Amino acid sequence: MIVAGVDVGSISTKVAVLTPEKITYKMAPTGWSPRETGLATYQGLLQELGHSEDDVDFVVGTGYGRISLPFVSKAITEITCHARGAAHLVNDSTMVIDIGGQDSKIIKIDQKGKVLDFVMNDKCAAGTGRFLQMIAAALGLDVAELSELSRGKTPLTLNSMCAVFAESEVIGLLAAGRDKGEIVAGLHQSIARRIASMAQRMGKAARITFTGGVARNEGLCSCLREVLGAEIIVPAECQLAGALGAALLARDYLS
Amino acid sequence: MGDERCYAKSLCRHSKRKGEVRLRPALLESFQEIRDKNMLTFKEAKERGVKVAGIYCGYCPRELVLAAGAIPVGLCGTREEPIAAAEKDLPRNLCPLIKSSYGFAATDTCPYFHFSDLIIGETTCDGKKKMFELLGKIKPVHVMNLPQIPDRESSLKLWHDELQRLQKVIEESFAVEISEEALREAIHQTNEELRVRKELLDLNRNKPALISGMDLLMTTFQVGFNADHKEGVVMMERLIAQVKEMAAQGHQVGDEKTPRILLTGTPVGMGSEKIVSLVEECGGLVVAMQNCSGYTCTQFMVDENDQRDPLMILAEKYLSIPCSVMTPNPGRLALLEQMIKDFQIDGVIDLTWQACHTFNVESFNVSELVKNKLGLPFIQIETDYSNSDRETLRVRIEAFLEMI
Repeated sequence: MIVAGVDVGSISTKVAVLTPEKITYKMAPTGWSPRETGLATYQGLLQELGHSEDDVDFVVGTGYGRISLPFVSKAITEITCHARGAAHLVNDSTMVIDIGGQDSKIIKIDQKGKVLDFVMNDKCAAGTGRFLQMIAAALGLDVAELSELSRGKTPLTLNSMCAVFAESEVIGLLAAGRDKGEIVAGLHQSIARRIASMAQRMGKAARITFTGGVARNEGLCSCLREVLGAEIIVPAECQLAGALGAALLARDYLS
Repeated sequence: MGDERCYAKSLCRHSKRKGEVRLRPALLESFQEIRDKNMLTFKEAKERGVKVAGIYCGYCPRELVLAAGAIPVGLCGTREEPIAAAEKDLPRNLCPLIKSSYGFAATDTCPYFHFSDLIIGETTCDGKKKMFELLGKIKPVHVMNLPQIPDRESSLKLWHDELQRLQKVIEESFAVEISEEALREAIHQTNEELRVRKELLDLNRNKPALISGMDLLMTTFQVGFNADHKEGVVMMERLIAQVKEMAAQGHQVGDEKTPRILLTGTPVGMGSEKIVSLVEECGGLVVAMQNCSGYTCTQFMVDENDQRDPLMILAEKYLSIPCSVMTPNPGRLALLEQMIKDFQIDGVIDLTWQACHTFNVESFNVSELVKNKLGLPFIQIETDYSNSDRETLRVRIEAFLEMI
């Protein structure tokens, strides 16, 4: 049995293919056409594996682009998929924090990765991947550099939680001659606090799985650890949890 | 396109298996026509000298208007269109219901406001009572002082005084005298309306449901604008009969597995139905609504054999409505718990219009009841009338339905 999960996110597209022997992944920037990128990434991975689309028994589509994929057998929200994927990657975790390109979500899960409750940011883009990209650009940096730059720095207090106003605030701080590292450390802290206040609405969790592209930012992870007082686990496949979950749900669906 | 996908995947599942298309009761059309037909009825009534009182809220004791031989009519306030105009005078971060109501009045785009001789408001929430001050510059507005700790004796006394005052205001404005006999007749007529409305909403105690949430919403919303309240009762009775007849022939909406959702919180109407339509596009059914536009007010029928002062009977009736403006408000939780049982509910959505503080805060209590006490999936959604967040809400609602 071969199943696949296709997660078309706002920034990147992730595909997971599950064969009886192994799990393989492929990632690509989504660009402007979720439909084409979704299909191309999916076909690309199948080709690498020496399979055709006809060999695949079930495909689950997820992510904001899920509704534009004509080849999927079923569309499932990224909330359900992330929960399933994260539970597979990390044992005994009761909560998933996923920070993606355009939203952040906190999901309470059971042992099997079933969603028990969830919250999503609903007010604005602050605390999302896009927000970090904007701020990085304002600082003349790449997102990947943010973590390193903030290491060991005393965080400055940032007050704006609106993505646009936060950018103005950062520009103001730069004009005042403040250290970039301290600004970034402050940014991580304010995002962590915002995420924590959402997470605390879901009750306590001792072991939290952190997924999504933003989880690769170690500086933000350690802030979250501190603010939430919990173990924060970032699986190596943190960006692939949604696609993996989709593929696992495809397998569940068939059996 | 997404809509069609969701719709086909879910609501039609049952019918599709049987190779049929889902049938809607033909009589629904008569409700859709109310608005056009009504314009003429109102115009003719006004020409005959009949008075019209515009109302905004379930707390308005409409029996007093009926007893004066006047028409009580719900005013527009459920659409996005006039909000921009309202924001010229009102702050942006105010609840959309208040902005929409004011916008319709200020732009003279609500025909019922246009025909109204008197507007009756109540001091329900801060936004509304201050908005009524501005509304008073456009039309004669009478604001009733609604007490907000309902179980105190002083509250009932104050509210009874307020009903007496309203009676005088109506009598003076409309140059009539309201007799006790007319008032008792109005109480009877309003009871009839509530009885039929409840019977219609109760159709969905059946599992699978017999009528979709969107159809129920459209029907109950439209009938509220009907000039002839007795005719409204007859129309609802005919619709109930038709739905029952269709059910007897095996027609139903969704199937045993369709998630049965209860919508609670702030009121909805046509134009602000996005949560109801999203739930039904995504494969669920809103089988019941615990809000003032839905089931809540149908609970408060009056004992017609009660020989006490009718104004006192009405004061008690209206003070029992469990809106979040009341403190404490245990009646809402009790009603919710009962409805969750009666309608075999699988999940509860609590809708809060942006900047509605009372419903927003009270969501904590609703969540405790639904999640902790009853162990059912629960989600609070805070939004406004616009469609800007429709797709992000769709993710949330779909994920919520996936939990069930």
